[in-house]
Amino acid sequence: MGSDVFLQLTVSGLSNGMVYALVAVGFVVIFKASDVINFAQGEFLLFGAYLAFAFIAQFGLPWSLGVLATLLGAAMIGLIVERLVLRPLIGEPVISMIMVTIGLSSLLRAVVNGIWGARPKAFPNFIPSGEVEFLGAIVGIDRLLVIAIAAILLTVLTLFFRHTRDGIAMRAIADDQQAALSMGISIKRVLAVAWAMAAITAAVAGIMLANTVGVSHDIIFIGLRVFPVVILGGLDSVPGAIVGGAVIGLLESYTAGYTTSGLELIVPYIVLVLVLMIRPYGLFGKEIIERV
Amino acid sequence: MESGIFFSDYRSDMALRRMPLQKVRTGLLLAGLVVFPFLATPYWLNLANQIAIATIGAIGLNILVGYTGQISLGQGAFMAVGAYGSGLLTVRLDVPFYLSIPAAALITAVAGLVVGLPSLRLKGLYLAVATLAAQQIVEFVVTHWDGLTGGTEALVVPAPELFGARMNTDGRFYWILVVVALAVALFAANLFRSRVGRAWVAIRDQDIAASAIGVNVFGYKLLAFATSSFLVGLSGALLAHYRSIVTWERFTIEVSISYLAMIIIGGLGTISGSFFGASLIVLLPAMINTLGRSLQDTAPWAATVLPYVQQGVFGLVIILFLVLEPEGLAKLWRNVKDYFRVWPFSY
Repeated sequence: MGSDVFLQLTVSGLSNGMVYALVAVGFVVIFKASDVINFAQGEFLLFGAYLAFAFIAQFGLPWSLGVLATLLGAAMIGLIVERLVLRPLIGEPVISMIMVTIGLSSLLRAVVNGIWGARPKAFPNFIPSGEVEFLGAIVGIDRLLVIAIAAILLTVLTLFFRHTRDGIAMRAIADDQQAALSMGISIKRVLAVAWAMAAITAAVAGIMLANTVGVSHDIIFIGLRVFPVVILGGLDSVPGAIVGGAVIGLLESYTAGYTTSGLELIVPYIVLVLVLMIRPYGLFGKEIIERV
Repeated sequence: MESGIFFSDYRSDMALRRMPLQKVRTGLLLAGLVVFPFLATPYWLNLANQIAIATIGAIGLNILVGYTGQISLGQGAFMAVGAYGSGLLTVRLDVPFYLSIPAAALITAVAGLVVGLPSLRLKGLYLAVATLAAQQIVEFVVTHWDGLTGGTEALVVPAPELFGARMNTDGRFYWILVVVALAVALFAANLFRSRVGRAWVAIRDQDIAASAIGVNVFGYKLLAFATSSFLVGLSGALLAHYRSIVTWERFTIEVSISYLAMIIIGGLGTISGSFFGASLIVLLPAMINTLGRSLQDTAPWAATVLPYVQQGVFGLVIILFLVLEPEGLAKLWRNVKDYFRVWPFSY
């Protein structure tokens, strides 16, 4: 086990971690705006991957147009879901919110299965594959590109929350819905934007996953694996999602590389339990003190 | 025509079934349960047994989620503990099933206590995520601890024997399941009329207020976890002996989700709702299956999309109930009863 192995594990861990981070940002955006945790995030990922597959492989669009169409399609789905499913439930207890997104995940999965069938598909790779030597280790270009794209997107999102009108409105709503309403912020509009954004980031992650591992149903499991990421980083923090994604991705990668027992499957959950016991609001989350 | 509900002594006021009509309905239900196995085909007996097991599990989950307000995504894990507990006790130690099932339920109660510990600090969403982690960790342990559980291989449990008869048919097992399910329902119904049940409801409605009026919140939360897991473990153990085969695929996160769906669709915090929800979630896929098979000749493609239709309908039913009738089937049933109670003068 030399340093090159370590570096390879680091790169693959980081690239997985960045995909996690992108999915996690979707969670965070929705949670920030509406206190809803979206159990259907994995299905958004799946939908994005299959939409890209449909546009590029089935309809034969050039990849730039195909990606654009995928993002638009994902945004549409986000908007429809928000309008039909989430809006009637504003103000309902947590259990209803959890269950409705679980119901949604089952429905979305059935729709994807019904349209495209359950068998894995080969995705037309448009991200150049190949290997480069990087600090003495051999790593795939696609993996490095995934890291780069995710980094750019996450920076854009952080800026969005800091400086744009909708981003600031979202933070205002998360802080206090009534005060936000009285300042003339349209909650409906902001929630719609939040869901569309969550669907879009998930679609981007879906396309990148499809590129590295192919289009198949295993993608939805990423949805469950992202819980440790968001809890570790803090449910309402975009930088937290990035750091959490990187940490969990690296942890998985190192455990998979240096042990042989399949422990990488539960290491994230062990981290999750530890974080919940010690610091439930995560590394960067807003601390809410309430004694029971 | 009644003008109100009046009783002249405490005994009849505190009875579980107070109204004559309630007594008639209960009598009819019991008679129906006794007659059912003599009329039903094996197919329906099998469904009835599944519903009975699901009802026990759903009542258990309802104690935790519906009455105490602690969201759990770990139902599948607790059922796994019950099923493997009882199965291993019978296979490895030759314990008779009427001892191994309660023992397994007790083991599950202890597991529930451990998983319930974070509820000291966590609630709502965070507790749900913590139980999700517990589910994943138990799943991992079951599939990787080959020496104990046999890993991903199936554990074969011999059919139980009672009074010299082998309980290896649906018809025979039906009696065990119905008796246990009725006992559990009666136990739960009485529990919520007691100090413990009321403390749970107080915690669900407002935990800080509950602690202010002297409810030991943490203690009662742990008790809720233990009681709930006891019943869930019971249903898992019964499932193990009924199916006579235990595999980890029966206890995944999907199971946790379908049990949550049962109590949401049936109605949170109601015993009858647990039964209604369990029935609907068991019967729905069976109905869709039957429908699909009847369409086989006219539309051969129907068979290939059948699993997706089941999945989609499952999700759709959850969403529709949450949006249109959040109090579930129990509320619908109450509406029907109320309508006929004062019929035909409903105003």
